[in-house]
Amino acid sequence: MNDYNFAYLDEQTKRMIRRAILKGVAIPGYQVPFASREMPMPYGWGTGGVQVSAACLTPEDTLKVIDQGADDTTNAVSIRKFFETTAGVATTEHTRGATVIQTRHRIPEEPLTEDQILVYQVPIPEPLRFLEPRETETRKMHALEDYGLMHVKLYEDIARHGAIATSYAYPVKVEDRYVMDPSPIPKFDNPKLESAAIQLFGAGREQRIYAIPPHTRVVSLDFEDHPFEPTKADAACDLCGAEHTYLDEVIIDDAGGRMFVCSDTDYCAQRQAAGHHGRLSPEDAA
Amino acid sequence: MRDTVLSGGFEDPPAQSARAFRAALNALARPGRIEDLSGAVAPAPASPAAATLILTLCDPETPLHLAPGHDSAELRDWIAFHVGAPIVEPAAAMFALGGWEALQPLARFSIGTPEYPDRAATLIVETATLSPAGARLTGPGIETEARLSLPETAAFRANRAAFPLGLDFFFTAGSRLAALPRSTNVEDG
Repeated sequence: MNDYNFAYLDEQTKRMIRRAILKGVAIPGYQVPFASREMPMPYGWGTGGVQVSAACLTPEDTLKVIDQGADDTTNAVSIRKFFETTAGVATTEHTRGATVIQTRHRIPEEPLTEDQILVYQVPIPEPLRFLEPRETETRKMHALEDYGLMHVKLYEDIARHGAIATSYAYPVKVEDRYVMDPSPIPKFDNPKLESAAIQLFGAGREQRIYAIPPHTRVVSLDFEDHPFEPTKADAACDLCGAEHTYLDEVIIDDAGGRMFVCSDTDYCAQRQAAGHHGRLSPEDAA
Repeated sequence: MRDTVLSGGFEDPPAQSARAFRAALNALARPGRIEDLSGAVAPAPASPAAATLILTLCDPETPLHLAPGHDSAELRDWIAFHVGAPIVEPAAAMFALGGWEALQPLARFSIGTPEYPDRAATLIVETATLSPAGARLTGPGIETEARLSLPETAAFRANRAAFPLGLDFFFTAGSRLAALPRSTNVEDG
């Protein structure tokens, strides 16, 4: 690690990112522009999250990185190795043992504590972007708190599908002011946005940082007659039997066979270690 | 004099500024919480906490205002050597350092614009003591309520009323740090 400054970025860059993070915390849900740097990985691989993590890490931290809930996928492994190399920090796969968790598209099942920071990788930070492509206009809409268009979008979902069909990156209103994109987490995770941990969001390509301080009110947008509903596959995990976790559907043969497993690999492994088992657990298969 | 100007920086800037930032983040994300912050030593009357905060957050890109009482040749030299921040009038400041009375009137500082509320000043307010007692705080970052010794409450209520515009405050006393973002509701204790 002697070849790098601690956590890769130079100190002036970290100061710039840290100032943006602090303004983000002071204005929950507001997207703070920042001068995103080129990172040694392509945009779309979590450069925003990596920069926020780099600005937050101290030598004493223990880092966990997850990609869709899993610790062992390419994106998670390479970011974890990146910080092992450039910051020399300890890493873990256990949610409970981590002080900083960088995540792509999931919130861990284990409730987070006040000693933890959750850093999200965000592709498109602007919740209104697909409704209004002009940044000048979306900025004005946020300034005027003009979110009618978002409700029209959700209403059109209902008109077309009979229910709000948006299932991930489900828009939320933070502390009754800013409408915010929680990154492409499944809407199952939306209730967990009200947390004891500090939540920071980094969008590298789009050059935005935003934040949700602990215990901040985060409301998923909905209608009185179509209330928000966190949804998941109607099944139990085939490895640990959990019925309360977010599940991935995995095709296991070419005859239509499939199984459901917890998307949070650490949570699933802990449950299995504690003796829980599901339909396809090794014990049952034996 | 040269000694106090040239010394007092971080010995290990990446690690010390990372730890200092985490203290500042924890303080701002949990209004009312008091953190320990030290490491930098600036000429009097700047406290160790304020000096560390300035060294962690300020650089040549952040215009800084020194309020009367803190605007000394020695402190200017220390900032020029260690930080490089331009010293400016309140209206142009991204950061300001001083006692509560010396920073008045607050209306001189930028509170951001409706489209860019982040372009608002951060005030570092030096106080004699900091304690978790006094004004009642509620809002983001606070589970139920928090208490913090504030110099007054009316100014912070007015600041909250302008949300999402407004000033953000750090309070420093010796090597202790607390913060009050614009999002916090402040009531008399």
